[in-house]
Amino acid sequence: MNTEHYLTLSALLFTIGATGVLVRRNAIVVFMSVELMLNATNLAFVSFSRAHGQLDGQVAAFFVMVVAAAEVVVGLAIIVAIFRSRRSASVDDASLLKY
Amino acid sequence: MIAFWVLAPLMVVAALGMVLVRKAVHSALLLAVVMVSLAVLYAAQEAPFLFAVQIIVYTGAILMLFLFVLMLVGVDSSDSVVETIPGQRLAATAVGLLFGLLLVLGVAQATLSASVGLGEANADGNVDALATLLFGRYILAFEITSALLITAAMGAMVLAHRERLSPKQRQSDFAAQRMRDYAESGKHPGPLPVPGVYARHNAVDTPALLPDGSPSSISVSRSLQSRGLVRTSSPTDVERTTAELDAALDPDAPSAGHVERGSGR
Amino acid sequence: MSPLALSGTPLASGEAGVPVVPTAVDGVFSLLWLVVALPALGALVLLVGGRRTDRWGHLLGCAMPIGSFLLALVMFVQLLGRDHEDRQVAQTLWTWLDVGDYTVQMGLLFDPLSALFVLLITGVGSLIHIYSVGYMAHDDRRRRFFGYLNLFVTAMLVLVLADDYLAVFLGWEGVGLASYLLIGFWAHKDSAATAANKAFVVNRVGDLGMSLAVMLMVATFGTSSFVGVSAGMPETSEAVATVLGLLLLLAACGKSAQVPLQSWLLDAMEGPTPVSALIHAATMVTAGVYLVVRSNFVYELAPVAQTAVVIVGLVTLLVGAVIGCAKDDIKKALAGSTMSQIGYMMLAAGIGPAGYAFAIFHLLTHGFFKANMFLGAGSVMHATNDDVDMRHYGALRKAAPITFATFAFGYLAIIGFPGFSGFFSKDHIIEAAFGENWVYGVGALLGAGITAFYMTRVMLMTFFGERRWRPDVHPHESPAVMTTPLVVLAAGSLVGGVLILGDWIVEWLEPVVGPEEHHELFVPAIVLTGLIVLTVLAGVAVAWSRYGPSQTIADTAPTRVSAATRAARADLYGDALNEAVFMRPGQKLTAALVYVDDVLIDGTVNALAALVGGTSGTARRLQTGFVRSYALTMLGGALLAIAATLAVTLS
Repeated sequence: MNTEHYLTLSALLFTIGATGVLVRRNAIVVFMSVELMLNATNLAFVSFSRAHGQLDGQVAAFFVMVVAAAEVVVGLAIIVAIFRSRRSASVDDASLLKY
Repeated sequence: MIAFWVLAPLMVVAALGMVLVRKAVHSALLLAVVMVSLAVLYAAQEAPFLFAVQIIVYTGAILMLFLFVLMLVGVDSSDSVVETIPGQRLAATAVGLLFGLLLVLGVAQATLSASVGLGEANADGNVDALATLLFGRYILAFEITSALLITAAMGAMVLAHRERLSPKQRQSDFAAQRMRDYAESGKHPGPLPVPGVYARHNAVDTPALLPDGSPSSISVSRSLQSRGLVRTSSPTDVERTTAELDAALDPDAPSAGHVERGSGR
Repeated sequence: MSPLALSGTPLASGEAGVPVVPTAVDGVFSLLWLVVALPALGALVLLVGGRRTDRWGHLLGCAMPIGSFLLALVMFVQLLGRDHEDRQVAQTLWTWLDVGDYTVQMGLLFDPLSALFVLLITGVGSLIHIYSVGYMAHDDRRRRFFGYLNLFVTAMLVLVLADDYLAVFLGWEGVGLASYLLIGFWAHKDSAATAANKAFVVNRVGDLGMSLAVMLMVATFGTSSFVGVSAGMPETSEAVATVLGLLLLLAACGKSAQVPLQSWLLDAMEGPTPVSALIHAATMVTAGVYLVVRSNFVYELAPVAQTAVVIVGLVTLLVGAVIGCAKDDIKKALAGSTMSQIGYMMLAAGIGPAGYAFAIFHLLTHGFFKANMFLGAGSVMHATNDDVDMRHYGALRKAAPITFATFAFGYLAIIGFPGFSGFFSKDHIIEAAFGENWVYGVGALLGAGITAFYMTRVMLMTFFGERRWRPDVHPHESPAVMTTPLVVLAAGSLVGGVLILGDWIVEWLEPVVGPEEHHELFVPAIVLTGLIVLTVLAGVAVAWSRYGPSQTIADTAPTRVSAATRAARADLYGDALNEAVFMRPGQKLTAALVYVDDVLIDGTVNALAALVGGTSGTARRLQTGFVRSYALTMLGGALLAIAATLAVTLS
């Protein structure tokens, strides 16, 4: 199996995730898109790990997962806190920090 | 190989769906599809440990967290179709397409040697090899990650915590409050009517009927109302039911009014 | 040399000026530093010590200059006992500056010239300190006053004892500072504060000349010490000597209130009277004369500069005398007289070897009789509640007999009454002037006549005639602490002439300024002396006829007077000229520069600021606050980064 295919898949998923961050307004969906991007990179890591015959890529993917878990916990907590005060989960509503 | 060609299109479609569907719950479920598929791809790429972690941590824990929060925030919350920032959707699509094109182009023009494979590295088993690395070369990063996780847990608790500003309401307080409301605004102190009373069905989406035969709006859940899933029942239902009952009980000479009274009891 | 003398033999051996060749200190001279250090210590203690020295501060202030005087007297006697060649004693204290090839030693030079000055400064200075004890008795800030006086004495001693022009400059600035502080001592009066500023600013113009001169010396000779400059002078061109001479003259003009920098001296009378006596009559204002005489090795090689000195002296002599005639303020009349007398000294100093000794001689006698008269004026003011208008005096000779008698001694000395010190000194200067050029002589003679007129006027208006006192004035004689210095100075005014006996002072100064050149006069000296006495008597007679006891003196100055009187009252339009020539154009220039600054420079800066501000105002709209638009920008940036990477890889 060629690494290129995996990488292409990874690139596609990453792009879809990035576009999702840009077009969705629901903070939770935005978060999901971010997770998708992280997973796409993980796929690339694992593919490279296999291409090079070394496990460091898998270790990196492992760390990404751990950090992503931490990030999700804090991020969702923030979303809940914002939702409580604003009754809205839209990222566009939290736009006070501007000119 | 087969796994890839089966799963890759599925993942792309699911990912696109995740971005495009309006309801957040659907997005979460589509994301789950992508993640499980990814886990399979990990397994196909000689990463059994990550396969397990992906299933357990991502699909099991993180996605469940998402769903929990969705329920907290409100399952029915979905994006409005109107875009707040002018031109954002178009620009995002254009930039996204270009970005993807460039990435794919970059991958395509790169010449990679044939995969080495992890056979040698995984000789003692994938988990053992990863553990050697994690507790060897990456021990410092590992320890720092543990600190990060604890900090994150603390942070989540601090963020989600709500300070109690007034004394806790007890059963007697609630009862007193209900009576006060009744005295002041005439609000009924008892429980709300349950769905299905006097109605043709006793399902939760069927509103109770008032004595005059009209449906009671307060007898069904607000969520169902907002989703438009409430069954409408009209006074003619009563007549139809009466007719059906008459036909079943006494086909000779029944009294419509008698049945009506009987069913009302 | 003046143009006339230049027609004779150029550059005879005596005309190259006298190089300074000092010998090292020994014996009592090794205490030379103490002469300067004592008043410096006094100033330090009094100014730093603050209020806790209030009770005994004036005593310390008096003791320090007296100590210096006694030390100087011992050294003077020692110097008398030495040979002519050994009479220049130098003490090197420390290396002040060491910059590359340029080294300045902080050194003191005790030679016949500075010896006389040190005696004058510490002697008259001590007397005035003692006088001030009484004069300032009722002032809360007497201790500070004595601190400033000691500071002045220190600076003045540095000025006359230094052996390097840069060190002279240090003293020069020091006396300027002390003068500023003392003129403005009563700074609560607007007039005093303004006068102090004026003196400081005008002096600054002169100081410019001094600093430029020092720079020129360093550039030309690589040193600014007397020894180096006097040794290097004969080798330089006349142009350098002339420029140097003119720059030093500018410095002298500023410090000695000579035309055209004379305007500050009259206003400087706002200071306490002892200050006027010490700084603005006896010592500091003569620093210019000292500088010219000290720099004889420069002027001997710069005839043009010498002529300039003579002309400045002559003009100031007449201007000061004319101003003195018109002033009703007794101190200002005396100030005009001071300018005039210093004009005499400058005239003599400019004449060259024929006049150096007489310039110093007149300087010494003037130091006595003018200090005497200023202190007398202070005593009169003390008696009349600090009134300075002579039209409010009259008939004070009975109320203040000692003041009157001592003032009379000073008066007789300044007009050149035969037998008094001023007679000898002025007589010699006029003789020397006639010997140089009859125009100088006539000017000096005329000046003597006018001097006699205005001094007689002062005398008559103050001590004779009717009482014109204000109702609340009860004139009385001053206490002994004030009259004693008056008596001593009066004695000096009388017997100061002994210095010229047997041409003592001429010989004494020979190691510094060279031997006197005697010019043949067109008439015998005795005839010229008679002529001078006659002129003086004429001046006295005119004054007597107008201000004599039989004349009534108006209580306020008459306003319907001749143009000449008006001019004299307005200081011969010196201030008006300064304002018209320097101040107004200066203000216009400043206004123009302010305009340029406001419109051009500030305009540019403000326009830039407005541009940046406006651009930012528009650009900040990019900060929408929407996370998604920021994310879009980031993705766009990432896109560009990848594109750049790909472009590099693929190319």
